[in-house]
Amino acid sequence: MRLIPYVIAGIVFGFTLMKSEAASWYRIQEMFHFQAFHMYGIMISAVLTGFIGAQAFRLLVGRPSLEGAPIAIPRKTPGRFRYPLGGLVFGLGWGAIGLCPGPIFALVGSGSLGAAVVLGGALHGTWLYGAVERYLPS
Amino acid sequence: MLDAFVSPWPWYLAGPLIGSMVPLMLWIGSRSFGISQNLEHMVAITQPSMIGVHFFKYDWRASRWSLGFAGGTVLGGFLAGVVVPNPESVALTESARTMIEGWGFTQGIGLVPPEMFDLSLRNLLLLFAGGVLVGFGTRYASGCTSGHAITGLSTLQPQSLFAVLGIFGGGMLASHLLTPFLA
Repeated sequence: MRLIPYVIAGIVFGFTLMKSEAASWYRIQEMFHFQAFHMYGIMISAVLTGFIGAQAFRLLVGRPSLEGAPIAIPRKTPGRFRYPLGGLVFGLGWGAIGLCPGPIFALVGSGSLGAAVVLGGALHGTWLYGAVERYLPS
Repeated sequence: MLDAFVSPWPWYLAGPLIGSMVPLMLWIGSRSFGISQNLEHMVAITQPSMIGVHFFKYDWRASRWSLGFAGGTVLGGFLAGVVVPNPESVALTESARTMIEGWGFTQGIGLVPPEMFDLSLRNLLLLFAGGVLVGFGTRYASGCTSGHAITGLSTLQPQSLFAVLGIFGGGMLASHLLTPFLA
């Protein structure tokens, strides 16, 4: 029962990724070649909305969330190399096959076998990272 | 009314909906909006407990909320792509259409090109390899477009800015130097 709010949020997220075509390989190529404002409009308005929403929630820090735990804004763990280098590796994949993780899940739901293969690759890539992470600069 | 669910959505509807996930997740359970950590949980679930990589030996049950969110994303993809699919192809700008046709890709209905996503041996290898980069990279950077570009930037976390620069740089390299030869 406690999962229901998250599942509903996920449905809205997945539906939006599909209907906005952020889950489209075509839109991603168009974005990386600066041929349309569409994807940039999505990113900019999403960050602005998230910023306003998170600022509003700073007033509520310490109050109970729906689940009861006090509201806090989670912070990213420190690190110098992992963020740009990991981002670079991910970006190389994203620019080629045009799917980032949200769209992978959404397209799998839409029945795309190709996206299921990408998901299989992503799980293996995740395992590979787990196997070598202690040798990588953090 | 139904038409609004069938046709593609403009950026000014989609962006605020996606961005609202940040305060929504804070409100539900003080969570950080993101999806790629589920890749880690899925490996942790399937890895046999006695053997395997230490990195995945943690209690994934504490992250059931995140798996629930990913399950919802799959369901949302089903609703949008199967129940109310857009019957038309993605309305690219003329310059983008000319570009991808020049690369040898075509556009049918659907969000991905058949030249890359129809299952052939070559495409299986290509899609799997691309997925490996996405999985490895998002775990190394501990986040993807959702967790870094949206949650991280909107909560002003400097690490996320570096991640986004890496992501965009990698995407530019691949899209300009690699993808044109993948049809």
